[in-house]
Amino acid sequence: MKFSLVIQASPFSHQSTATAFRFAQTLLDEGHELFRVFFYAEATLIANNQICSPQGEADLPQQWQTLAEEHQLDLVVCIAAAVKRGVIDDNEAKRYEKASGNLRETFELSGLGQLAEAIAVSDRVITFGA
Amino acid sequence: MTLHILNKSPSADALIKRMLCAIEDGDAIIMIEDGVLGALDAHQGLFSSIPDNVALFALEADLEARGITSRISEQVSIADDKQFVVLCSDMDKTVSWY
Amino acid sequence: MSEKKSVLIINQKSPYGDAAARESLDIALTCSIFEMPVTLLFCGDAIFQLLKDQQPGKIQQKKIEAMLSALPMYDITEIYVEHDSLIQNGLTDEDLCLPVTLIDQSSISQLINLHDTVLTF
Repeated sequence: MKFSLVIQASPFSHQSTATAFRFAQTLLDEGHELFRVFFYAEATLIANNQICSPQGEADLPQQWQTLAEEHQLDLVVCIAAAVKRGVIDDNEAKRYEKASGNLRETFELSGLGQLAEAIAVSDRVITFGA
Repeated sequence: MTLHILNKSPSADALIKRMLCAIEDGDAIIMIEDGVLGALDAHQGLFSSIPDNVALFALEADLEARGITSRISEQVSIADDKQFVVLCSDMDKTVSWY
Repeated sequence: MSEKKSVLIINQKSPYGDAAARESLDIALTCSIFEMPVTLLFCGDAIFQLLKDQQPGKIQQKKIEAMLSALPMYDITEIYVEHDSLIQNGLTDEDLCLPVTLIDQSSISQLINLHDTVLTF
């Protein structure tokens, strides 16, 4: 079965991103397909490559990146929500005249159309919010 | 048939009342994150209105994390991460209540 | 895009104090641009998103009411409001900026059944 996940809450304030990660891992283990993970609103903060996860605490951004590399996942970060939170790729850095982009590898900035497409083609869309 | 995913504790009474109103025969509820506090035996009245054929689950990892696995109501079944995925695929759609 | 999935968006948050109202609206408009049938349901505090006479100038925010008033231009006309929430807040549908259909809380399940995907805010 083809799943897509929508994550809306901050990885720092809420459990959603961690719950969604376990869910993603489990559904892939079970042989399902994960079409896309769409990070929206505060959840876009996960894609900042300047995050320094405290020693001894789960490094969620790294966990997502590793899972994405293992399974060629499509991790899409809402561009409008990300840019206003200071999560930018090199293109946006140029556009807004910032020194450099800070988007983590395996994450991609794109528009809400990617969410609409995920809804259109997936058998299940599961929202993780807070 | 819908899987209702609840991640707020019983203190979110308006939200839970709305979710319960939206429950139909054959639906299922899974409590996750802070939602698992609703699985406590002390809150069993919360779900007294749901039909017999609506299954109630609480996510194992969240129960364990909060130290309440032994205190949950008999009405509630424990679901591990795999069962959570199975529920999502078995039901037609999901609604996340938060 | 292979097929047109219908989308129900359940709104439960009040405007301004929470960003959810705008985040939800952006998704509704996008889905509609992609020609997916979109239905909006406003429950609880979210009914205040639809209230007339909003003046958010002093708090430096864009007027949600004005954005919602544009919904019919995006072919989003299926707009439902939980009647119980209006009553609890001493309001009627005449206080709202758009023509809406009032439904009882007990009818939300029917809306859920009628749609392929449900998003909540």
